[in-house]
Amino acid sequence: MATALTILIDGLSYASWLFIVALGLTLVFGVLKILNIAHGSFYALGAYAAASFVAWFASMKFAPEWSLVAMLFAAVAVAVLVAPLTERGLMRFFYGRDEVLLVLVTYALFLVLEDVTKLLWGANPYYVSEPYAMFGNVEIGDQVYVGYDFMLMGLAVAVGLAVWWGLNRTRQGKIVLAVIHSEEVAASMGVNVSRVYMLAFGVGVFLAALGGAFTAPLISVQPGVSVGVIIVSFAVVIIGGLGSIEGAAIGALIVGLARSFAVHVMPQAELFSIYIVMALVLMVRPEGLFQRIQARKI
Amino acid sequence: MTTPSLRALRVAPSTPSEGATPEDRRSRILGVPGPSPRRGVVLGSGVLLIVVLLVAGAFMPKWLTFLLTMAASHGLVSLGIVLLMRGGVVSFGQGLVFAVGGYAAALAFNRLGFTDALGLALTGGVAATLVAAPFAPLLSRYRGIFFAMLTLAMSMVAYGVLVKTSALGGSDGFNMGRATLFGQALPDARSGYVLYGVTIVCAGVLALLARVYFDSTRGLVTQAVRENELRVEYLGGSVRQAMSLNFLLAAFAGGCGGALTVMSLGHIDPNFSYWTTSGEFVFVAILAGWQSVLAVFVASTLLEVVRSFSSLYFPNTWQLSLGIFLLLMIRFLPDGIGSLWVDRGRKGARR
Repeated sequence: MATALTILIDGLSYASWLFIVALGLTLVFGVLKILNIAHGSFYALGAYAAASFVAWFASMKFAPEWSLVAMLFAAVAVAVLVAPLTERGLMRFFYGRDEVLLVLVTYALFLVLEDVTKLLWGANPYYVSEPYAMFGNVEIGDQVYVGYDFMLMGLAVAVGLAVWWGLNRTRQGKIVLAVIHSEEVAASMGVNVSRVYMLAFGVGVFLAALGGAFTAPLISVQPGVSVGVIIVSFAVVIIGGLGSIEGAAIGALIVGLARSFAVHVMPQAELFSIYIVMALVLMVRPEGLFQRIQARKI
Repeated sequence: MTTPSLRALRVAPSTPSEGATPEDRRSRILGVPGPSPRRGVVLGSGVLLIVVLLVAGAFMPKWLTFLLTMAASHGLVSLGIVLLMRGGVVSFGQGLVFAVGGYAAALAFNRLGFTDALGLALTGGVAATLVAAPFAPLLSRYRGIFFAMLTLAMSMVAYGVLVKTSALGGSDGFNMGRATLFGQALPDARSGYVLYGVTIVCAGVLALLARVYFDSTRGLVTQAVRENELRVEYLGGSVRQAMSLNFLLAAFAGGCGGALTVMSLGHIDPNFSYWTTSGEFVFVAILAGWQSVLAVFVASTLLEVVRSFSSLYFPNTWQLSLGIFLLLMIRFLPDGIGSLWVDRGRKGARR
């Protein structure tokens, strides 16, 4: 029973940051039709920026509570700096090309960003411990759980609701939905599609960086964090169905729980439990769980 | 899906129905002046190129023969991807067959005492085909990003298993001794050149076979699948059969490539199956484009050159240079290196 609870809480905390990252990935795919490998690099940038900002805030003698604000700042800074640069400076030249070619473009971007982060922050690991200690421990039964994990779950729910509200209840969000549904019709109705692209890409980068910033306290921030994240978040959006928010949530839950189950019950399967789940889901639902039916070209 | 037939009528391009023989019609579709004389020329110059490379290899410095060996053996894996690309799918998990071929050859050498270089290359190819066989019918149902992700998942599962298998050296992998050729042990001074020769011959033969396959009826069906699957089915072709066969052929080529690589490298580890390795194979395939077989090996050599030079001159930023190089290529040569010479003869033939 205690193990089951541990698996559940571990899985949920893993699922929560994964959901934030995968939400960005699925949003970018929904609008721009690009499966963005560089999303993992944006995550890494967020984590690095958080490490720098938290250290900077601490050196300015702010109270430890401010480190949360520092992490949020880090994500915003990454989104504001990186998103316009990559979207306007690079991606827009490749719109409308073959899906797989676009994946390759983002792969190239990923390679570039990998070295750029190394140039900016060096190869040594960074640790962000302040926010982690801040939330203390939570006792449930005999087991002690880390409070930060519960904060992450809360954050994931809040982010999910905010994105849902933003898409379904605001004017701008409805415009984005229109572009997702049919770009041509939206454009002919007077929607500025390239502005929507910029907006969606920016939000996508922000979500990746936010995920990175808030996981920075859980990991040691070092070169290579981007690789693991991108593969796992791919699995999440593929399981959920590309471009679907509910899908990203369910996918993150499935992946998080499968992984924590593997970690606690069959540690040797940890590395590939996620892919086995993904393969199983795709075998039953070839387009993912929440994919809309698409017409075939005759 | 509601009124497919009407749409089909509207968008169907005018097919060249007149023309005396099927050969005529086919050559018009392909835009080449009849396949038979052209095929002879292409295959002949291919054989000539192999001979030239073999002779030239004897005078090359060691680093260059090694570079070309790596380029040719890695190129075989990318050749497999190009084969799949002609049917409209791209595998992001060819690292799997690459690793299976490599491990099979290394194990056959270490555990079974089977040391012949050509035999080991074949072993790698056969092992990879056998591993791929159960998945081929399943994967033939998927397209686009889903095919890519499923193959990626397969290769990452293999990576996970290999890392955890201590009998195979875990994440460190293990070493493999020097292969023999036709029962002769290879002396230190010549082994590099002989393995180069074996690699060039294997890669060359498979490349020529690939050309023959591309121009065969089934190869053309593959191309038709990429254009429009339903039409192929209406015309009586089996899309899934074609895709399965392509997947197996790609696996064979990739397995041979893995075996040849491990023989020259003398070492194998799970990174053979890692997704960044697969990414480089896709990279080469995209760089080459789907039209030309030769372009695959040119692209593979180009990648090896860029990789060695940038890791020599910019050791800390070679990924950066690789990424920028790839971006420039995609931007300015979107149909790949092959389009530099293939398109000339058939301008306006497509679309």
